[in-house]
Amino acid sequence: MITSDETLRIGVYVCHCGSNIAGTVDVEALTKFAEGLPHVALARHYKYMCSDPGQELVKRDIVEFGLNRIVVAACSPNLHEATFRRAAEDAGLNRFLVQIANIREQVAWVTEDRQEALEKAESHLGAAVRRVARHVPLQRQFVRIVPRAMVVGGGIAGIQAALTLAEAGREVILVEREPSIGGHMAMFDKTFPTLDCAACILTPKMTAVKLHPNIKLLTYSTVESVEGSVGNFRIKVKRKPRYIDESLCVGCMQCIDGCAFTRAKFPNAFDQGLGLRKPVWIPFPQAVPPVPVVDPEVCLQIARGKCKQGCVEACGERNAFRFDQQERIEEYEVGAVVVATGFHAFDPSVISYYGYGKYPNVYTSLEVERLLNAGGPTSGKLVLRDGSTPKRVGIIHCVGSRDANYHAYCSRVCCMYALKLAHLVREKTEAEVYNCYIDIRAAGKGFEEFYNRVQNEGVQFVRGKVADITPAAGQGTSAEGGLVMKVDDTLLGSIREINVDMVILAVALEPQADANQVRRTFGISCSAEGFFLEKHPKLAPVNTANDGVLVAGACQGAKDIPDTVAQADAAAAKALALIDAGQIELEPNTAWIEEDICSGCKTCINLCPYQAIRADEERKIAVVDPALCKGCGTCVAACPSGAARQHLFGDEQISEELEGLMNYV
Amino acid sequence: MNGEPKGKLALYWAASCGGCEIAVLAINERILDVDALFDIVFWPVAVDAKVHDVEKMADGSIDVCLFNGGIRTSEQEYMARLLRKKSKVLVAFGSCAHEGCIPGLANSTSRRRIFETVYHETPSTENTDHVEPQPSTAVPEGTLHLPVFYDTLRTLDQTVKVDYYLPGCPPEADRIWDAITAIVENNLPPPGSVIGAETTVCQECPRKRNEKKVKKFYRTWEIIPDEETCLLEQGLLCCGIATRAGCGARCPQVGSPCIGCYGPNEGIHDHGARMMAALASTIDSNDPEEIDRIIRDGIPDPVGSFYRFGLAASHLRRKKEAMIET
Ligand SMILES: Cc1cc2nc3c(=O)[nH]c(=O)nc-3n(C[C@H](O)[C@H](O)[C@H](O)COP(=O)(O)OP(=O)(O)OC[C@H]3O[C@@H](n4cnc5c(N)ncnc54)[C@H](O)[C@@H]3O)c2cc1C
Ligand code: SF4
Ligand code: SF4
Ligand code: SF4
Repeated sequence: MITSDETLRIGVYVCHCGSNIAGTVDVEALTKFAEGLPHVALARHYKYMCSDPGQELVKRDIVEFGLNRIVVAACSPNLHEATFRRAAEDAGLNRFLVQIANIREQVAWVTEDRQEALEKAESHLGAAVRRVARHVPLQRQFVRIVPRAMVVGGGIAGIQAALTLAEAGREVILVEREPSIGGHMAMFDKTFPTLDCAACILTPKMTAVKLHPNIKLLTYSTVESVEGSVGNFRIKVKRKPRYIDESLCVGCMQCIDGCAFTRAKFPNAFDQGLGLRKPVWIPFPQAVPPVPVVDPEVCLQIARGKCKQGCVEACGERNAFRFDQQERIEEYEVGAVVVATGFHAFDPSVISYYGYGKYPNVYTSLEVERLLNAGGPTSGKLVLRDGSTPKRVGIIHCVGSRDANYHAYCSRVCCMYALKLAHLVREKTEAEVYNCYIDIRAAGKGFEEFYNRVQNEGVQFVRGKVADITPAAGQGTSAEGGLVMKVDDTLLGSIREINVDMVILAVALEPQADANQVRRTFGISCSAEGFFLEKHPKLAPVNTANDGVLVAGACQGAKDIPDTVAQADAAAAKALALIDAGQIELEPNTAWIEEDICSGCKTCINLCPYQAIRADEERKIAVVDPALCKGCGTCVAACPSGAARQHLFGDEQISEELEGLMNYV
Repeated sequence: MNGEPKGKLALYWAASCGGCEIAVLAINERILDVDALFDIVFWPVAVDAKVHDVEKMADGSIDVCLFNGGIRTSEQEYMARLLRKKSKVLVAFGSCAHEGCIPGLANSTSRRRIFETVYHETPSTENTDHVEPQPSTAVPEGTLHLPVFYDTLRTLDQTVKVDYYLPGCPPEADRIWDAITAIVENNLPPPGSVIGAETTVCQECPRKRNEKKVKKFYRTWEIIPDEETCLLEQGLLCCGIATRAGCGARCPQVGSPCIGCYGPNEGIHDHGARMMAALASTIDSNDPEEIDRIIRDGIPDPVGSFYRFGLAASHLRRKKEAMIET
């Protein structure tokens, strides 16, 4: 139904936005201009249209003057379109008969000359008036929300989010790529700044995940595809074969002892390759689930089809082994997703002057975390490659961070974990420790105090960038070899050469290697450095560009555990608010197919980025599922017969708007 | 209808090939019914009535005028205005009147270039005196007049108001008959309408279609398409997806891609733009260079492919003088 032109009564409201708009745009002249436009029954200007009195003005006029279209010339529709739609609806007008002319972001803030600003504002306003004349009333549409959430990534962020959701009584599916949840935190011995034992605080949470009736844990699994949208995601999860039936395994680990390999000989990735494992293995003793995995590359039975299968024998009547297990895809329906896929530790071998990978006693921080960990490859003894205890240890800060060649950003946790490592090294070895730093960044709660404490413990702080690491004279690159750190000590103002026998590189936190793929799967964006991008850094820090997909933890940017946990809870709360709403309002600007016109050519079918269109083979037409359509307009633009149409973006509405824009420029 | 006075019918032929005149006869013996229902008061190709006879008729005295051809000369413009004035219902008959058709493709060049080609450059032309037609030429006996040849071809409705459109190059006999029946039975859609279907050729095409993904376009002589699958999916530039139905999908049925003579579908203004938007979305590549190559190699003449019938009526209308090569 298009209101016939004679009955159109458009109300125009020009907002001053304090001086944001009025400072540049002559609002009185603009209002005068509006009065002269066709079908405009009334035009006003007001200081703050979005304020209660501003909205009241609109409501009163609708009733008093019988307005049937509203144009508000104010800020971006992203901010207050909803406000004015609601106001119109309160006054009995269909909410979609409102149009916003953005004269703040698109005019006032980007134009200096007052005359030009007025002309621009006139063209925007003219366009909105002509467009709104072609608006038709629309029904608001709602869809049911699946009251279940998925959490992707089982580091501390994912664990925390899953537990919070589960405790609130919601079903959660937790998807973890590795054989066990725990993420990086499970690798550490102690955590800064309080030095509490990582396992003591993490293991109970991991166990809680395992035991919680509301959590379905899918380890050794990744998300294959995401269809649908907020409230109704259909997610395919790829489950790698463990070759052990999780439901039958009791976690006795006897198979590992029984394995045909009597000694472990393959590097354990969880130990950064410092420890060894067998073909049937578990990353660390407290792994959740406590179910081993079989590595098909090296398992004799799987790789060569020939083994006496000591593992199966050890498993005995529990009979959990399944050598014929195949990769499988499972599908889940969820209302919201929390992406918590964490970070990747920077590989320092690309910085040649640090000699990582060349000099055996140059370690990454993660390697040292494993060495210090009581459950690690050395049972917590800090030793060099030859088994001896280091006596002089250099720790280099900012490796790969704050460096235009690698990552320009500060990784935020390296200073603090470097202090932690300094403390732990001294505690365990009494070695001389030199921390070479650019600045110490200790801005968190209790961080400065921790810094002071470590300083008082006798750690040497050298302010300067290490330029080079070389073998100590005459010692080659052998495992026993001592090293020399060459550092420009900016406090002393001289180049120092410090002899050490171990170097620890405090490596940067960077996006996961597959972050870009994960980003595409979930339809979210990345910032320039590759971390997942939040919708708004201040006002929507855990939301993303894709409604219903939330982010938490180090996948969104480098951060420590307290921040990660806080963010995880925020994401869980957002997810909860969403799935508890029961239903969700659909975008009004969805597409539909004019059935008589559609010829069933199928041009549109695979163009829809949200898989909202399908072909109805019987009727030979395309059909849009309004619950899935996000109103992107792709099909509308592509449909060669003009059958695909879109609410609020009809050809007539767009042409009128363009004509309006053009008329007044 | 018996006993009622006969209606008055006029037919005229402007810038077009003459196919539309033949098409009227393709309704076969039903032409006798037309004759029974109408007095044909003007039809230069078949009836001996002159322009001055039309000039003498009272305004609005012709019931229906089927006007084929676009407007390229001053004479055609005069006739369009004259017949508009004298007719109650003016029908743009066929693609040329409707949207310019092949004569309208010449809007991608200019009068100057057309004259150079036609009167000087073609190999069979010998024109040593460099004679070109002039609107007026003085001869001893007086002044001779020729119609002015315009730079741009206009469609009928870019010249006078048109009541109905009958698309097609030429319109299909059955559709012509539908239109005549609708006129006689006074069962016409609202003025300004196209008389015809509101869907596209694909709807009438029996070929099996899948989701469209095209990796390479072929010219028609390069492949023999399989008999069952959609031609576009086989890489032939079939305009059926964007072209108004009504022809019965004659071309694609015999393995020849639709070239778009029925023009855009209801509510679509720019046929070529629609076709391009749709094709752009079906090209199966994300690599800009590969996409460029697919288009360059497969569609060497985009204007001729997408605007073969509709250039004059499109948003583009014509090529800028400055862009026309000499
Ligand atoms: C050497 C070092 C020491 C540190 N020490 C401390 C400290 O003492 N105190 C402190 O507060 N912080 C410390 N941090 C920071 C701490 O590690 C992070 O804050 C924390 O690990 C972030 O947790 P997360 O869950 O976001 O990410 P992660 O711990 O990285 O966990 C991400 C999880 O997601 C999984 N995953 C990844 N991709 C996928 C996928 N596609 N599908 C499914 N699952 C996937 C991973 O396998 C992993 O289990 C340290 C960091 C480093 C590098
Ligand atoms: S507008 Fe069309 S392409 Fe876009 S989401 Fe909706 S149905 Fe899909
Ligand atoms: S592109 Fe248009 S005509 Fe073709 S199937 Fe889709 S909606 Fe129908
Ligand atoms: S061959 Fe042409 S007309 Fe037939 S379905 Fe394919 S695109 Fe449509």
